[in-house]
Amino acid sequence: MVEFQEKCRVASIDQMASDVYRLTVHAPLIAAAAHPGQFVMVRVADRYDPLLRRPFSIHQQSSGGTLGLLFKTIGKGTNILAAVTVGDSLDLIGPLGRGFDLERERPVCIIGGGMGIAPLCFLARQLLLSDRQPEMDHVLLGARNREELSPLVDDFIDLGYPVQTATDDGSMGQHGYIPDLLDAVLPAVSRVYTCGPHPMMKIIVEKCRQADVSCQVSLETHMACGLGACLGCTVPGADGKYVHVCRQGPVFYGGEVAW
Amino acid sequence: MVAASDTKELQVRIGSLTLRNPVMTASGTFGYGREFSNLVNLHRLGGIVVKGISLLPRPGNPPPRIVETACGMLNAIGLENVGVERFITEKMSFLKGLDTPVIVNILGDSVEEYGEIAHRLDGVEGISGLEVNISCPNVKKGGVAFGTVPEMAATVTGAVRQATRLPIIIKLSPNVTDIVLMARAVEEAGADGISLINTLIGMAIDTKTRKPRLANVIGGLSGPAIKPVALRMVWQVASAVSIPVIGIGGITTVDDAMEFLLAGATAIQVGTANFYEPSAPEQIIQGMKEYLHQQGEHCIRDIIGTLQTGI
Repeated sequence: MVEFQEKCRVASIDQMASDVYRLTVHAPLIAAAAHPGQFVMVRVADRYDPLLRRPFSIHQQSSGGTLGLLFKTIGKGTNILAAVTVGDSLDLIGPLGRGFDLERERPVCIIGGGMGIAPLCFLARQLLLSDRQPEMDHVLLGARNREELSPLVDDFIDLGYPVQTATDDGSMGQHGYIPDLLDAVLPAVSRVYTCGPHPMMKIIVEKCRQADVSCQVSLETHMACGLGACLGCTVPGADGKYVHVCRQGPVFYGGEVAW
Repeated sequence: MVAASDTKELQVRIGSLTLRNPVMTASGTFGYGREFSNLVNLHRLGGIVVKGISLLPRPGNPPPRIVETACGMLNAIGLENVGVERFITEKMSFLKGLDTPVIVNILGDSVEEYGEIAHRLDGVEGISGLEVNISCPNVKKGGVAFGTVPEMAATVTGAVRQATRLPIIIKLSPNVTDIVLMARAVEEAGADGISLINTLIGMAIDTKTRKPRLANVIGGLSGPAIKPVALRMVWQVASAVSIPVIGIGGITTVDDAMEFLLAGATAIQVGTANFYEPSAPEQIIQGMKEYLHQQGEHCIRDIIGTLQTGI
């Protein structure tokens, strides 16, 4: 695993919904080494409050050396990040962590909830590189409402994936939760990739276990360094020992963590 | 693997240990060194203090273990580490290849455990010194931290002194009434140096859920928020003992580092800053050379303890 620290120029910042932003930066070293499911640690400002870098999964990557990050403004760090302008400089460390295992087995099912959809866009694009026919795969996406979900759905449709949706308020797709959509497609898929709220992933992991379908999950925790030094990002592993999300993850097989 | 070509202008000594410059990385913030090897030129550092090691592996505390606070962070990692045997077999092979002094931070539940770890590490190739974390609870004495009772701190220091020929640095806890009493006690018991401060005990609460933000409820505060407290304690200790003092606490910039040296520290450790700015130690080393030039001094040793308190 090789990571870089790069001063990155902001190429664009787009407001996707009232509190959701897509940030694109020039990060040629990180972009060239990035694998779907990996993340970056972003220093949102050169100041002591907020002090720590913020972890963001890699949402998009281009051969031109850009990285896309998708985030919701939830606190001090993300509010500062939402206020950057084109040309600003941001300090990034990455790519970090273990990403998704990309197997040729198909069809696959990609399941994302809310901001958890972010790394799945990069995954979906990368999966196409191995002569895949996206129309055979399944993409299930959920969010609070249409405003939040719609722009993200477009990314997958543009790649040729069929997308099913669910929203908490019923404003787009099914009124309800994403795992409800899984039952119908699970018998037909050989592999599931998911990222989203913890309760959603817990249900999906259990459904996959019962159906004996391989399931990879991307976890989110607080972390101070992203490098395996602070040991702050622990979650309980399936064997009773702690695992560190930054180095052993953030992508795990469902059976590797205790739910 | 080219060793940094620092001239001797930044060289300092801690007991028998010579450091090419006064900038080390603090225990618990730099893993076992290797974690930072892609981002930091380890050969430029004055020293690397590795994650605290206990006799047996420790799993650490349940999550959440860290929380950010204003200009700082709280941690309750629970001293998670691989234990002394795995440290020697798994971590030393990388560390002994470095042309940088490696100082092993050790911790224990009992005086005997400190002595045993020190004995086990004595003579292991690639280890230049020990730093003794005495902020741990003494299980046999009802869980009172060794570092809060001068007699207990002295006993631990003496046990480690007996068990090893390596230079020993005692890392003091700031959670005491009189830091100078602690410093004098460990100096008399045979310490070669004193490092301070360890974290200040603190807590944070989520008012929505009414729950503590750390599963352990309380944790250690670190980062720029604690620097003034650390600087005051370093100044008090350096004024009271004759062994070298290593300053720790919120150091991020060369200006921070020079404050500690002026207050009497012979060397410094960069801690939490490694998390948010891994280049901080290298920037400080470079900045020290520039500081010497600006001040018209030739050698960092001439700066140490030159705080001008008169008017």
